[in-house]
Amino acid sequence: MSDAAQPAPRGGKWGAVGRRVGMRLLSAVPALFGVLVFTFLLMRVLPGDPAVFFAAGANTGQAEIDMVREQMGLDRPMHEQLLRYLWDITRGNLGNSMTTGQPVRTDLVERLPASLELTFSALLLALSLALPLGIVAALRPGTLVDHVVRFLCTLGVCVPTFVSGLLLIYVFYYLLAWAPDPTGRLDIFAATPPEITGFLLIDFALVRDWEGWRAAAGQLILPASTMALFVLAPLARMTRASMLAVLGSDFVRTAKSLGLSHWRIIVVYALRNALLPVLTISGIVFSTMLGANVLVEKVFSWPGVASYALDALLASDYAPVQGFVLLMATIFVMVNLLIDILYGVADPRASVA
Amino acid sequence: MSATLRHVGWVLRGNPVTAAAAAGATLLLFVAFFAPWLAPYDPIASNVPNALQPPSAAHWAGTDQLGRDVFSRILYGTRVDLAIAFSAVSLSFAIGAVVGSFCGYVGGALDRVVGRLVDVLMAFPLFVLAMALVAALGNSIENIILATAFINLPFYIRFARAEVNVRRNLGWVEAARASGDSDLSVVLRFLLPNVLPAMAVQISLNLGWAILNAAGLSFIGLGITPPTPEWGIMVAEGARFITSGHWWLVAFPGLALMLSVLCFNLLGDGLRDILDPRMRT
Repeated sequence: MSDAAQPAPRGGKWGAVGRRVGMRLLSAVPALFGVLVFTFLLMRVLPGDPAVFFAAGANTGQAEIDMVREQMGLDRPMHEQLLRYLWDITRGNLGNSMTTGQPVRTDLVERLPASLELTFSALLLALSLALPLGIVAALRPGTLVDHVVRFLCTLGVCVPTFVSGLLLIYVFYYLLAWAPDPTGRLDIFAATPPEITGFLLIDFALVRDWEGWRAAAGQLILPASTMALFVLAPLARMTRASMLAVLGSDFVRTAKSLGLSHWRIIVVYALRNALLPVLTISGIVFSTMLGANVLVEKVFSWPGVASYALDALLASDYAPVQGFVLLMATIFVMVNLLIDILYGVADPRASVA
Repeated sequence: MSATLRHVGWVLRGNPVTAAAAAGATLLLFVAFFAPWLAPYDPIASNVPNALQPPSAAHWAGTDQLGRDVFSRILYGTRVDLAIAFSAVSLSFAIGAVVGSFCGYVGGALDRVVGRLVDVLMAFPLFVLAMALVAALGNSIENIILATAFINLPFYIRFARAEVNVRRNLGWVEAARASGDSDLSVVLRFLLPNVLPAMAVQISLNLGWAILNAAGLSFIGLGITPPTPEWGIMVAEGARFITSGHWWLVAFPGLALMLSVLCFNLLGDGLRDILDPRMRT
């Protein structure tokens, strides 16, 4: 990637990347702060008085409620409560869940790997389908292949994940019996791998338990496909559009006139340049997937953070919901940061804007 | 007026897909209005001996676990889902168009602050945001509409802002200002009507998205409660029977959802092609 003709930036390539990361981290602070304030306000707007809840007893009087309110700091002015909330967050205190009786942080940490494993597998699956589809469509624009890809994409965004997931269960579990019982990450009678990363596929691979790996992969394939189908369209469309633009550019014409092989032109010259917009849209797609997780986890009884937040929400248990929103926002900011760094590595011309 | 109609007719003949989408959308509205006359059965009356029957001549889409006719429930569901989507989209359109227009016209600090807010909001997992809002505001249909409207808002603000921004210094805007119109009147009487056609595209594309969101929220048990016939709830109830092979409980409401979203999306794409052929992808 390094180009001898261009003057190297101060501190070399990695120095530039380092500065870029620093700048991006700084610029992410206001967004994260905004989310913090938002979740705080959400908590204040929520129906129900936490003090009444915690003081609830057979003969609770107004005096007890007031005492609990004082203990919880709910009688303090708003800005003081906000500071207190921010202080709690910095110490990692997200409150307790009423339904599980555990600190929200413990619950979230325990369930996060399940959600991430599902989301990343789905993204990987979607990319491995969308890139070839988009490339093929761009190589033969206006042909039957192009129209079929476009049709699939148009259809893909119209089918809600909860419907496609259920239909996949019907076909692959009920009709064909290819997939295992569509509940959870692993059969309840199957042996779980030692807790190393929390990602079942990685843990099974680390202890070389390939039978367990296959079982976990079997459970994962349907929910991951469901989510992949949903985000296939934007990825394939973007690949097609940016491939078309790149294929019409001067340097591809030059490569052709030099007599380079067809595949070399497509993969080395065109694809590498066409990937940048795809990378950018992957961030948006990832954000969509974080939302879609709620529906997919519900359909497949997947024990992730989204289904945890949902159960809490339906039980009017709000601390987990806030923790979940905060977690999603943080993950989201991190992923965008990562994409920004990758973008800088892939295209040294990109500046920190 | 007849010239406009002739033009629309000419455009639709050249775009059979858009014409079909427009016809589909009209049909959806028709079904929503006339569901009580079209539905062959009562959507709520249960008939337990007749439960879980596969599709037949008497019940085109089968019956559910309480023996209710799935087809009738889908027809009635059109009302609920379209009503939610239309109210949410009109609400966010009304607020977003005005706020966006003023930001685009006034510019400056207000524009930057709103722009940054919109950026943050658009980037956030919007379905999660909608969930959190419903949790905060309370679990009701009105709040589902509010939440859906809120997550649609940034798209309208950004769109109206961009459209007004490119027009703010055009000759006819100058002329309006020069002839003594106040800023308020310039925005509301001249700029806003001028950007409306372009926003129609956004409305159509957003309707599909709003339907998906509303159905998603009711699928996870927020907002609408059984026995209201609504597509998301029908799928959620059918989900319990999918592993025992009762596919019609999920497939038909799912199909209704898919087709209605498809109609509005294709209509939006078609409108965009008509208004701005350069944007075609």
